Amino acid sequence: MPLIDLANPHRFMQLARVLIPAFAALATGLVAFGFYLGFRAPADALQGEAARIMYIHVPSAWLALGIYTLMAIAALGTLVWRHPLADVAGKAAAPIGAAFCLMCLLTGMLWGRPMWGAYWVWDARLTSVLVLFLLYLGVLALWRATDDPLRAGRAAAILTLVGFINVPIVKFSVDWWNTLHQPASVFRLDGPTIHPDILTPLLVSASGFAALFVALLLAAMRNEILRRRVQTLTLLAAAKGG
Amino acid sequence: MRLIAENLGCQRGGRTLFRGLAFRLEAGEALRVTGPNGAGKTSLLRLIGGLLAPAEGRVALEGAEGRAGEAAHLVGHQDAIKSALTVEENLEFWCAVLGATGGVGLAAVEAALSALGLSALAQFPARVLSAGQRRRLALARLLVAKRRLWLLDEPGSGLDADGQKTLSHMIAAHISAGGIAVVAAHGAPEISATREIRLGGGA
Amino acid sequence: MSEALKAILVRDLKLALRAGGGAGIGVMFFLAVVVITPFAIGPDMKLLARVGAAELWIGALLASLLGLDRIFAADQEDGSLDLLLMASLPLTLVAAAKGAAHWCATGLPLVVAAPLLGLLLGLEPTALGAAALTLLVGTPALTFLGLVGASLSVMLPRAGMLVAVLVLPLAIPVLIFGVAATEAASRGELFSAPFRLLLALSLFFLVLGPVAAAAALRHARD
Repeated sequence: MPLIDLANPHRFMQLARVLIPAFAALATGLVAFGFYLGFRAPADALQGEAARIMYIHVPSAWLALGIYTLMAIAALGTLVWRHPLADVAGKAAAPIGAAFCLMCLLTGMLWGRPMWGAYWVWDARLTSVLVLFLLYLGVLALWRATDDPLRAGRAAAILTLVGFINVPIVKFSVDWWNTLHQPASVFRLDGPTIHPDILTPLLVSASGFAALFVALLLAAMRNEILRRRVQTLTLLAAAKGG
Repeated sequence: MRLIAENLGCQRGGRTLFRGLAFRLEAGEALRVTGPNGAGKTSLLRLIGGLLAPAEGRVALEGAEGRAGEAAHLVGHQDAIKSALTVEENLEFWCAVLGATGGVGLAAVEAALSALGLSALAQFPARVLSAGQRRRLALARLLVAKRRLWLLDEPGSGLDADGQKTLSHMIAAHISAGGIAVVAAHGAPEISATREIRLGGGA
Repeated sequence: MSEALKAILVRDLKLALRAGGGAGIGVMFFLAVVVITPFAIGPDMKLLARVGAAELWIGALLASLLGLDRIFAADQEDGSLDLLLMASLPLTLVAAAKGAAHWCATGLPLVVAAPLLGLLLGLEPTALGAAALTLLVGTPALTFLGLVGASLSVMLPRAGMLVAVLVLPLAIPVLIFGVAATEAASRGELFSAPFRLLLALSLFFLVLGPVAAAAALRHARD
């Protein structure tokens, strides 16, 4: 079915009714399986059991960046291709992406405490994720700043694109900043090597998170469409005098 | 209670708008102030309400406690409506701050909304109101503030025929209950006034 | 009269929390300020922990100044301020109620966020608690002091940054005692002299702020 059909909100709602439970079930299955594999995988030689948090931490980082990329594509959809559901998708994806980003940061802190004795270190990777989190917060704040969804949508789309273009610049500068101040020892967040025993649970977990994201995104988009319908109905009712 | 103005003069931005203005209003009387734009109608209302200090002369409300502002209610050009609140919340706020309190207040809010034909819109966020509806919400304040002196600045602007009728009834009822009203308007013949003052003409 | 003041407090809170109100912006700004510091100073955790308390206080101060100019400006723009002036409420109390609402919406979230941000700066648990407590006591001083700037901005449209610049020097004592109190508390001494002075400053501005703001508002009418 061509993508253009999804542009029709009514068709989208019909699809969503089918897809949301499907993806939710898929997500539950994959995440559970991923966690099971994660607990069965061998413990890290250096870091022990605590390293298992990586199975949440690393996929969250992938999702955080992936969702931001999707938001940038949606932003192009809003500004360039004028796809009617593009800004709905962008608005719906933002809180989910921010949540994954936050989860990555929090699990990173929980991992850091037993590992390095500190809840936080300003190493290049964690810091980049923190800056990404700030970008997310900016987009979220922009959506809440005005009632008019169309104006907010265009503004948020521009901000998302500008942020997206800046992601490699920020990453580069943060890496440069990190090497400038040589840390005492080199911390590696993903363990000494990616052994297949570790890689498989990681990928399964990541796929599970991705399925979860799709389910949540579709549900959020459906809510946003309903919200806009209510707003239109309210305006019409008010014009008629209530 | 009476409203007295003696030798009242007003200056805005270095320009003298009017001077030597005098009138005397007893309870149950209405004053209509007419004049072209920029003549000083709004400034006169603000002077009476105590929001502006006169350049010369004085205006006072005798027989009322407190400052003139506390006995008067002003419905000016701006509506003092917050878009993020519902119609009901807007009016309840002004009822609590300006008028009766507690349970009595809520009943007054409902009555005011129904008198101005806004009952059906009570739960709607104020941002969806049309210009005429906003004006009616602003006028509804008069019914909850329960002040004895009404200062109305072009109250009929933006109202449809029904709204104009409601407005005339409101003012007439207020007057016959012993209140005083000062109405600035371009024409508004339906507002029966005891007196009329014309401002502007190059004072 | 307390009904009226409660109505003002509740309304201002509702407006801040609903869309377009700007309730979360202060915390986001706080986060942003704390995050950018290491980019300037460097990721040395020991150094960051040393300046951590100062960093949190500077961030909280700047975040408190944000949105100060809107406290009265929004009401002036739609005519609500005129009506508040004509209410039979002392203008001082009206200003105090609006200040209290602003602190709940802007200052209190800073207090809650401070310990979490302190983690980023590598502060010890006692220092985190100390920062939260001193900010709880000190942010009211910043808000009520800011009321004066907010009321001045009614006379000058579009004066947002100017207000912040005017209020900053007056906030220096709060900053001095706030940071000193935090550092003393992290060493275990909770009710140190700077803490008591900070408390005194808050109480002082709790009174002076609304009084000065009311005077300024009365003079603001033409």
